[in-house]
Amino acid sequence: MLRFFIGRLLVLIPTFIGVSIIAFSFIRLLPGDPVMLLSGERVMDPARHAQIIHELGMDRPIIVQYLSYLGGIVTGDFGTSIVTKRPIAQQFFTLFPATLELSFCAIVFAIVLGIPAGVLAAIKRGSVYDQALMGTALVGYSMPIFWWGLLLIILFSGTLHWTPVSGRIDLLYFFPPVTGFMLIDSLLSGQKGAFGSAVSHLILPSIVLGTIPLAVIARQTRSAMLEVLSEDYVRTARAKGLPPFRVIGIHALRNAMIPVITTIGLQVGVMLAGAILTETIFSWPGIGKWMVDSVFKRDYPVIQGGLLLIAAVIMVVNLTVDLLYGLVNPRIRH
Amino acid sequence: MKKTSFAAALLAATLLSGVASAKTLVYCSEGSPEGFDPGPYTAGTTFDASSRTAYNRLVEFKHGSTELEPGLAESWTVSDDGLEYTFKLRPGVKFQTTDFFTPTRELNADDVIYSFDRQLKADNPWNKYIAGINWEYAAGMGFPELIKSIEKVDDLTVKFVLNHPEAPFMADLGMDFASILSKEYADKLQADGKMEQMNQMPLGTGPFTFVAYQQDAVIRYKANPDYWNGKPKIDDLVFAITTDASVRRQKLEAGECQIFPYPNAADIEALKTNPNLTVQEQAGLNVAYLAYNALVPPFDKVEVRRALNMAINKQAIVDAVFEGQAQVAKNPIPPTMWSYDDSTKDDTYDPDAAKKMLEEAGVKDLSMKVWAMPVSRPYMLNARRTAELIQADFAKVGVNAEIVTYEWAEYLKRSKEKDRDGAVIMGWTGDNGDPDNFLDTLLGCDAVGGNNRAQWCNKEYDALVKKAKQTADQGERTKLYKQAQAVFKKEAPWATLDHSTTFMPMSKAVQGYTQDPLGIHRFDNVDIAE
Amino acid sequence: MATIATNQEKISPRWRMLAEFWYYFSENRGAVMGLVVFLLTVLVALLAPLIAPHEPYLQYRDAVLVPPAWQAGGRAAYLLGTDPVGRDILSRLIYGARFSLFIGVVVTLVALVGGIVIGLVAGYFRGWVDTVIMRVMDVILAFPSLLLALVLVAVLGPGLVNAMIAIALVMQPHFVRLTRAAVISEKTRDYVTAARVAGAGPLRLMFRTILPNCMAPLIVQAALAFSEAILSAAALGFLGMGAQPPTPEWGTMLAESREFILRAWWVVTFPGLAILITVLAINLMGDGLRDALDPKMKRS
Repeated sequence: MLRFFIGRLLVLIPTFIGVSIIAFSFIRLLPGDPVMLLSGERVMDPARHAQIIHELGMDRPIIVQYLSYLGGIVTGDFGTSIVTKRPIAQQFFTLFPATLELSFCAIVFAIVLGIPAGVLAAIKRGSVYDQALMGTALVGYSMPIFWWGLLLIILFSGTLHWTPVSGRIDLLYFFPPVTGFMLIDSLLSGQKGAFGSAVSHLILPSIVLGTIPLAVIARQTRSAMLEVLSEDYVRTARAKGLPPFRVIGIHALRNAMIPVITTIGLQVGVMLAGAILTETIFSWPGIGKWMVDSVFKRDYPVIQGGLLLIAAVIMVVNLTVDLLYGLVNPRIRH
Repeated sequence: MKKTSFAAALLAATLLSGVASAKTLVYCSEGSPEGFDPGPYTAGTTFDASSRTAYNRLVEFKHGSTELEPGLAESWTVSDDGLEYTFKLRPGVKFQTTDFFTPTRELNADDVIYSFDRQLKADNPWNKYIAGINWEYAAGMGFPELIKSIEKVDDLTVKFVLNHPEAPFMADLGMDFASILSKEYADKLQADGKMEQMNQMPLGTGPFTFVAYQQDAVIRYKANPDYWNGKPKIDDLVFAITTDASVRRQKLEAGECQIFPYPNAADIEALKTNPNLTVQEQAGLNVAYLAYNALVPPFDKVEVRRALNMAINKQAIVDAVFEGQAQVAKNPIPPTMWSYDDSTKDDTYDPDAAKKMLEEAGVKDLSMKVWAMPVSRPYMLNARRTAELIQADFAKVGVNAEIVTYEWAEYLKRSKEKDRDGAVIMGWTGDNGDPDNFLDTLLGCDAVGGNNRAQWCNKEYDALVKKAKQTADQGERTKLYKQAQAVFKKEAPWATLDHSTTFMPMSKAVQGYTQDPLGIHRFDNVDIAE
Repeated sequence: MATIATNQEKISPRWRMLAEFWYYFSENRGAVMGLVVFLLTVLVALLAPLIAPHEPYLQYRDAVLVPPAWQAGGRAAYLLGTDPVGRDILSRLIYGARFSLFIGVVVTLVALVGGIVIGLVAGYFRGWVDTVIMRVMDVILAFPSLLLALVLVAVLGPGLVNAMIAIALVMQPHFVRLTRAAVISEKTRDYVTAARVAGAGPLRLMFRTILPNCMAPLIVQAALAFSEAILSAAALGFLGMGAQPPTPEWGTMLAESREFILRAWWVVTFPGLAILITVLAINLMGDGLRDALDPKMKRS
């Protein structure tokens, strides 16, 4: 197991270097000039422009820039934002909990609805339930979530006023961030109603972000269940006269879960991509929105550092999924 | 719950949580501040959150106007040659007391000198206190060349010596980058090795004391009880950062904030009809224009430029892009600015005459490019849509226009090049309310290849605006600027498109808010009805 | 199954495969519905100039933000209403079908062809070539696809073509991985060895011998990629990085009209609905394809 783990870890190193090269070279290739944006409509005098480029080290050879950048990363320095002049790693870690919290709630929403839906569809294969559930799942899977988010906002926030429009918590509550997770912080603050407010702010974004994973999980659960249900041991269990609940609940579900867990793990990348759209629509202060804003502001170092940090997160998650899978299913190790 | 009035919600929340104090104003701001030191930045969003809350300047713009009034300087005198400005500081002005710093002394001349020196002198330890920092506005207003020295006469007297007379100088001092910081706080941060804190936790003499900033989400302030101009009427001020205009609107309607800037043009009618809201409106201090390239034929011919101006249906642009919520522009400066010449006659929209004029000028089958900005600005909400309308208008006079666009930085760079191909949509928002800031900055001969995107250099015009810049008397300046506007109209280097109207929707409970033509948002006069 | 086989023994094997495929595909009602809707969309796209009631770029300045015909204030001339500059939404949607299908076809083809070639090379030659290729694919897959596409488009400049290139690039690795895996498993089969012994060169082996036997998973993946390409392009358009106005691309239309969300529901609703229906139809078809091509599903 240890060899398997180390092997996987070693593969990550060239990948990470590749990721850093891509992130770095993209930014060099970006057209336009962030220094130019500092002055907006007002034209900057060329001498000053050259001086600022020099101060930012952007006039050095590309290789030197890359190596000094890589050197910085090793020491945990991902550079400084051109716009806010604050360290990128610091910004990332302030914003990441918001994305993590949202993604977590979305995946919980997707699992809690998706797995029962998939199981039900599999058991009642071919029935109206199956068709309705899988039809809905396919609609969810085909959903342009940016449009879906807008529709939900119009309906639940704009018309019915059931949920708040945006933000993470009602502004009347104010407490210092301890963990960065609003659900936990609001409980820690001890302020009445704060937790409820945090929950109500999470509902719509979680639904929007969870829609596609929900559809994927439901479909995957159904097909995994169908496969397991047709296996000999389940037939045997049935033939032995075990009650259906035990057959499905214990024998079938447990084995069907292996591919489903992998699917859930793979949704992390999907979630981070979805977070870009969801956070933009709901003004959610997470890393997805941060990246989009930075792309528009041409904040090169932030795009670069953000890409790298996000890729690192996905790589770590994928590694964890691999390891879990290796634990559950020893055959894979070889 | 969300539909109940703000007061009721506040009351309920107060009972429940015990955190909210009596009067909280929530402002749904349009973006995150880049930082809290107003010196290095240029965005209004940053200034609203820093210089207009935590700081003051020597002189201030009166609420709702571009006129100046005494700020931290109680009075000032200007020498006859226009080179020496002597300011008497207001005595007894206290800096804010916060949980991160307790000031021991009141405002004095050292603070003023520190605030400017750091921006002008490369050897000042604060000149580069953050990597990559630049004093954009000080450079933009030409301060390094303009200011010869700043001297402390006594504790409460400061003298600025200039290299040449500059009429707009006083107005410059009212701008955000000229905010006065505390030298005592700066010294403390320097001694502690925490200089970057100056950009994260502002401390000044302003009406609101900074409390906390949650990145990209919320900024909190409380009223400064020691404010020299009297404690503000609200107790807490909260900026809820909401980048999307439709979301800002929904938040206002849901009572999640009480006031917000930059509504969608499409939403204004509905906001106005909402009985719980008021929508203030004011002519913005800006202009949007289509600049021809006067160096490239056939646009070097006045007749061609005028003919194209006559081909553009500006009212249609105002209707389609601004939902009618803007004013067709006939002069290069906005009507709220002094010296605006209201007697100017605008080109009439007349495609047939335009077509004929083009033929007379010997221009046939003209193909040209129209540049559309990739970003939305207050003066031009949607340059694409505008370009499409202009394209359709030009087609009617037999001119084939191709719309081009570039990423914003690229656009800014390429549009100023002298050999640029085509006419470019651009605009400008006034910095300090002085006509010089439009007429010379954007159309002067020395700005060709730079801010002068029409690449238009007219000797007569240039002489007029340069003379006005050196003249102290405002009546005299007004006369010169009016003549300059007449030359501009005759020569037509731009098609002036519009001056936008700015709107501020707010809850009926908000009282005493006045819009500022310079586009800044201030809450020191605001009260909330119980 | 046996009956079909015996009846058609004389017909060429390709036709038999196709007939068999159609037999299973047509059993899936959803897939057939998807196919019908998809064909309708194709038809609409092809015949756009004939069936669109108006020019998609023409601005009727006296008809700005007219609601759909059935609503108060609507006009029969503009069935689904008009947009903020007075263009007919129905006509724009009809022309938009061209863009969406075009995006889907081109992106899928580019990703498919590129992926197959790279995957074949990696799987056939193995060794360091394989290692390098797969590491590069790992690198691409390490980023969330939309984020990577977004940054790529920012690099290349916003626009439809660049958005398509970016999306094709981020989709490529899936095809590479699939092809490579299939090639590796097929390479050791007897028929390949036989062909090699018979003197077939590597190119012939790769493309004529191995590739046709790996097509089933690739076709299913291509169907998925088709719908994903449409969604991604719309998402980029929505973020202002895809097709640029006045192009009637659905995502771009959505982005352009977002400010009218509370005032003119139709400008927001219809483009989104068009995306949803098209993508749904393609996904239904994709499911049918998968079931028909996957021998395991056939048995059950």
